[in-house]
Amino acid sequence: MALDSKIPNGPISDKWTDYKNHINLVNPANKRNIDIIVVGTGLAGGSAAATLAELGYNVKAFCFQDSPRRAHSIAAQGGINAAKNYQGDGDSTFRLFYDTVKGGDYRSREANVHRLAEVSANIIDQCVAQGVPFARDYGGLLDNRSFGGVLVSRTFYAKGQTGQQLLLGAYSAMNRQIGRGKIKMYNRHEMLDIVKVDGKARGIIARNLVTGEIERHSAHAVVIASGGYGNVFFLSTNAMGSNATAAWKIHKKGAFFANPCYTQIHPTCIPVSGDHQSKLTLMSESLRNDGRIWVPAKLEDAQAIREGKLKPTQLAEADRDYYLERRYPSFGNLVPRDVASRAAKERCDAGFGVNKTGEAVYLDFASAIQRYGKEQVKIKHLDENDAALITKLGTEVVANKYGNLFQMYEKIVDENPYGTPMMIYPAVHYTMGGTWVDYNLQTTIPGCFSIGESNFSDHGANRLGASALMQGLADGYFVLPYTIGDYLSADIRTGKIPTDSPEFDEAEKSVKDQLERFINNNGTHSVDYFHKKLGKIMWDKVGMARNAEGLNEAIVEIAALREEFFKDVRVPGTLDSFNQELEKATRVADYLELGELFAKDALHRQESCGGHFREEYQTEDGEAMRDDENFAYVAAWEYKGKPSEAVLHKEDLKFDNVKLVQRSYK
Amino acid sequence: MKLTLKIWRQKNAEDKGQLVDYKLDNISEDMSFLDMLDVLNEGLIMKGEEPVAFDHDCREGICGMCSLYINGEAHGPDRGVTTCQLHMRMFKDGDTIYIESFRSKAFPVIKDLVVDRSSFDRIQHVGCFISVNTSGNTQDANNIPINKQDADDAFDAATCIGCGACVATCKNSSAMLFVAAKVSQFALLPQGKIEAADRVMNMVNQMDEEGFGNCTNTGACEVECPKGISLENIARMNREYLKASI
Repeated sequence: MALDSKIPNGPISDKWTDYKNHINLVNPANKRNIDIIVVGTGLAGGSAAATLAELGYNVKAFCFQDSPRRAHSIAAQGGINAAKNYQGDGDSTFRLFYDTVKGGDYRSREANVHRLAEVSANIIDQCVAQGVPFARDYGGLLDNRSFGGVLVSRTFYAKGQTGQQLLLGAYSAMNRQIGRGKIKMYNRHEMLDIVKVDGKARGIIARNLVTGEIERHSAHAVVIASGGYGNVFFLSTNAMGSNATAAWKIHKKGAFFANPCYTQIHPTCIPVSGDHQSKLTLMSESLRNDGRIWVPAKLEDAQAIREGKLKPTQLAEADRDYYLERRYPSFGNLVPRDVASRAAKERCDAGFGVNKTGEAVYLDFASAIQRYGKEQVKIKHLDENDAALITKLGTEVVANKYGNLFQMYEKIVDENPYGTPMMIYPAVHYTMGGTWVDYNLQTTIPGCFSIGESNFSDHGANRLGASALMQGLADGYFVLPYTIGDYLSADIRTGKIPTDSPEFDEAEKSVKDQLERFINNNGTHSVDYFHKKLGKIMWDKVGMARNAEGLNEAIVEIAALREEFFKDVRVPGTLDSFNQELEKATRVADYLELGELFAKDALHRQESCGGHFREEYQTEDGEAMRDDENFAYVAAWEYKGKPSEAVLHKEDLKFDNVKLVQRSYK
Repeated sequence: MKLTLKIWRQKNAEDKGQLVDYKLDNISEDMSFLDMLDVLNEGLIMKGEEPVAFDHDCREGICGMCSLYINGEAHGPDRGVTTCQLHMRMFKDGDTIYIESFRSKAFPVIKDLVVDRSSFDRIQHVGCFISVNTSGNTQDANNIPINKQDADDAFDAATCIGCGACVATCKNSSAMLFVAAKVSQFALLPQGKIEAADRVMNMVNQMDEEGFGNCTNTGACEVECPKGISLENIARMNREYLKASI
């Protein structure tokens, strides 16, 4: 099957407008007869469900949490990008487009990214109209901050809780439609399979997580908005329940999975403290606006710090290595995430790590506190020589900007980051890869769409900070509602989809069989035991730096672990009750397949790009070396029974508006 | 650390339920409270017993999914944090820890420590929104300047995570702090003023229908709120309610 990305013709800046002018529409009376299932209620799913319901479709929305408002978009901290150019610093739709394509290391689809940049400004307007309380300046207008990989201030924010505020905005739009009966909400439900009738997506099988009941739900189209698969690493900044099951199930039924190896390792997370740990916590990238990253310049100082004999605050300026500022003078601490993460790993591998495990670097706010303090005494006409006052006022400014993040750090690490530098280390955060979709956000299964983090299209091999929120809301509010209408316009005479068909029977039976197998397995190890083992293989061999040898080993080890899992996993409890271990088992079963495809994809991509770093392909000074001649394509994998037999399909990427160069932030 | 846990076990909504004792050894101070429960559950699974069910998701204090009434306090002894951000360094070697679910008529137990908080959702369905369609054709965001103080106050109210600690900790099981935070966020913003009267009336009525108790101004909710939502919001909601009633 040949991949057709269905990119409209014409100049890039006209494509989306022309497309909207020429698609088929569904009249309002017919929309009332059309059902749409939306799986996942984060920024993408929540905004899509609300908008589709406003348009008049009957929406059924599903989430595994007890309320749609808890989806993991809520944990996004730093902000959302939009090409508003409120700061007058030279921003534009083209620049946002260009930065995103460049930041993605030239592995994303130009037309999709340009559309994203075009609708970005609408998102801010929309959210403000909904009552999202963005940060404002004293004139009452919206404030902006900078994020990594760009030279303008285009990030809108609500302290360190931007994701929370945007998700509550989308949730409020959902509430209005739930109240009107246009969205039927299924909380504590998990999709366990998709149902295809005559090749088209026509429904899902879901488990009611409270009663254990297996339910059939039909619709004219199914939208997957279930997020990313970062939890394949066990330890990540994802929520404990974040899972790839919906995305993986559609993959097994015919949706191609694109670029699984593109994973973002976020540079500023709280380091791992021990084996007991269940998850990692992100410290927003916005901290790099004001924090300076460093390690000791001398190995003996690093050693002394690790042993607790020396404190970081005792080290003189000359004995510190601000390695990002040294290596990348033009972007400094604001280099993109992939670059910052690898630089931290490089220093720690060289022996300069600063915590007990040797895997941490400093993020220091001392100079920001001084800078803001001096500014404040000037503004307030106070004593410019009072050092204590300067520190106090500077601390207040920093607290106002990042207070909740500092508090979070202090609770976890038990150190006061106002007085001593934070310790940070990279952790798995986001997955750029995902379900392959065309320009319409439709997967290779007709009638099955994929939006937000669960698709692959906009971020290439590396996502820029504050772009995930932008993409989620762009897809849900402003893109999918058009593209899905074009598809559904052919479905107005279909009528209600019955659930008593052989296709539903078969899908339900296979779901029930798998669940029964788990419950009756009576193995000797818990689900977590296997998940942790998988995570370790992934982190050690398919993590921040990869090579052919390690990847080949990982593929063999994951396949063996999967076999062991099905033989030996123990799932307590019953099928017909609230059973959290059973929920975990189905998710980990899917990760054990996805992980193998992930490694296979990483092995086949013989180049380094963005978040995918192959040790064999680097420049002399350790930067990623792309191979545009051979790898400027999207790798879309077709499922053929098991991951090792997945078939590769290529979508060649054409760059007509951006020139491919080696990404440099020096 | 060595600990004795007394945990509320209840098979389902119909079951009577009881406290069950568990002993734990080798708990590190750096563990989070939920890491500690993971260790307990791993041991129970290996012994062939059913693990303790508890709600949790983001484990960084923002999703509002985790609950737990620990030693008689919602989200445990630390201040300004959710249970998932509570660390074992708040406890001492040899401690006995009581772990119960959030209790309220409006939060029926699903299993063990998991409760059903959908009453919160239903309150929001009747008014927790501004009626604007997502057309993308609204006016430019900067055409609505908002006084910084109002914007900051609205933000502070909007940081409520809907966990239900205010209800669990209130002797009347009142949801006033939660509803007030929601009402306040919109009441403080010019965009929200148009529907303010309907919003507060509908939400307060639904709150009463769900079986939450009334507010007697003891302020326990404010103390236990992991996000520091202020009692001032309740005063603001009462003013809004009064305005809407006359």
